[in-house]
Amino acid sequence: MNMKLRVWRQSSPDAKGALKEYAATDVSPDMSFLEMLDELNERLMEQGEVAIAFDHDCREGICGSCGVMINGVAHGPMKGTATCQLHMRSFKDGDTIVIEPWRAAAFPVVKDLVVNRGAFDRIIQAGGYVSVATGAAKDANSIPVPKEDSDAAMDAAACIGCGACVAACPNGSASLFTAAKVSHLGLLPQGQPERYRRALKMVAQMDLESFGGCTLFGECMEACPKEISIDFISRMNRDFLVGAATAPMERGGGED
Amino acid sequence: MWLLTLYRSTVGKKAIMAVTGLLLVVFVIGHMAGNLQVFVGAARMNGYAAFLKSTGELLWVVRLGLLAAVLLHILMALQLTRIKAAARPVDYQKRQPQVSTVASRTMRWGGVLLLVFIVFHLLHFTTGTIFPWASAPDALHPEFSHTDVYGNVMSAFHTPWVVLFYVVAMLFLLLHLFHGAWSSVRTLGLTTPSRQPMKRHVATVVALVVWLGFTAVPVAVFFGVIR
Repeated sequence: MNMKLRVWRQSSPDAKGALKEYAATDVSPDMSFLEMLDELNERLMEQGEVAIAFDHDCREGICGSCGVMINGVAHGPMKGTATCQLHMRSFKDGDTIVIEPWRAAAFPVVKDLVVNRGAFDRIIQAGGYVSVATGAAKDANSIPVPKEDSDAAMDAAACIGCGACVAACPNGSASLFTAAKVSHLGLLPQGQPERYRRALKMVAQMDLESFGGCTLFGECMEACPKEISIDFISRMNRDFLVGAATAPMERGGGED
Repeated sequence: MWLLTLYRSTVGKKAIMAVTGLLLVVFVIGHMAGNLQVFVGAARMNGYAAFLKSTGELLWVVRLGLLAAVLLHILMALQLTRIKAAARPVDYQKRQPQVSTVASRTMRWGGVLLLVFIVFHLLHFTTGTIFPWASAPDALHPEFSHTDVYGNVMSAFHTPWVVLFYVVAMLFLLLHLFHGAWSSVRTLGLTTPSRQPMKRHVATVVALVVWLGFTAVPVAVFFGVIR
């Protein structure tokens, strides 16, 4: 297959970028999207051009590194799939494919298709943990967890932090990411002591990172390679509102 | 302190929008139901209007409450729109919405149109300042009356552009409610997990009933169903 690519090229964070046209020739339908870019880069380097920078790591859909906007859709046309697991059979011969980096104030472009998702790390740092003494592992069954809760927690924990939710959101909101991280801990017994404080802190950090607000467009859920539900956003909001209402009472607790 | 925490956060701002929005949903349902009495007759409609006016201070409590709700709703919308604009300073060259509804994408500008409509509507039926039907040939009486609500309604909807404006505004109300009546409940975290979280049965019924009830009156008057 032969395709026309229009790829965002930007040499540095402060440089002015633009879409540049490339021809992807002899593309096999069995290639992954990233392999197609690899081949193009090989050719660009042979011609003495600078290769297209894109983020990638595991190439098996679990690390969350590889997200790009493909024809205006985060991670491309395949539902529940990260860019690395998208294959060229999802496109037709002669297609034009527009490839852009995630766009958000909180995700500054580093180079070409690579963005800095450090804002997500700071949201996690703000409260995405449980403060418990570690040490020798206890018997896994010593803390009973209802099946529904463990299932829901696992659904939330499937988040790989790729940023597609932000990229797809017309508001540039990180609500689905933050909600997944708030919920997978808040659903489990170990996460209960800090549950409401966690929601308050992580939402506060999310706002500090200048993400937008959630208006429930639903685009995030559709873009998410792990198909995480917007139900978790409702849950995060509930925890946040309960936390906001009870925070003054908790203040004497000596935390912080 | 609690309100300050809300005011400072995007989630809190959305919660304020949701609560004020739900209050306004309750109001439009009541308003729409009240309007339908126009189909019963002049005595019933004017009697209902007189009853509302007879509540005195309570009427003003409700009016000021609604005003506060509308102002807060608008203030939060403005602030969140600014935050949204700042969240994506460089937009995509190409973006393809996948599942967002037309309703969700018209909340902001539809809301602006509804504000224009509300101002017009208050000047039209509450104060009688705007009186575009004076020249209508079959107007019951050429002037606005503070006691004959039925007569006002009968006279008001014979001017095509007025009827059209009401019909179009109610279409935007339909869209606003289709998204808002659903999303506000979710924003407040009052929903239980669902397999299809984008499905909205109650909001669809509320939006359709309110739209039908409101649209019926100007259309019925215009086509002479009630006179």
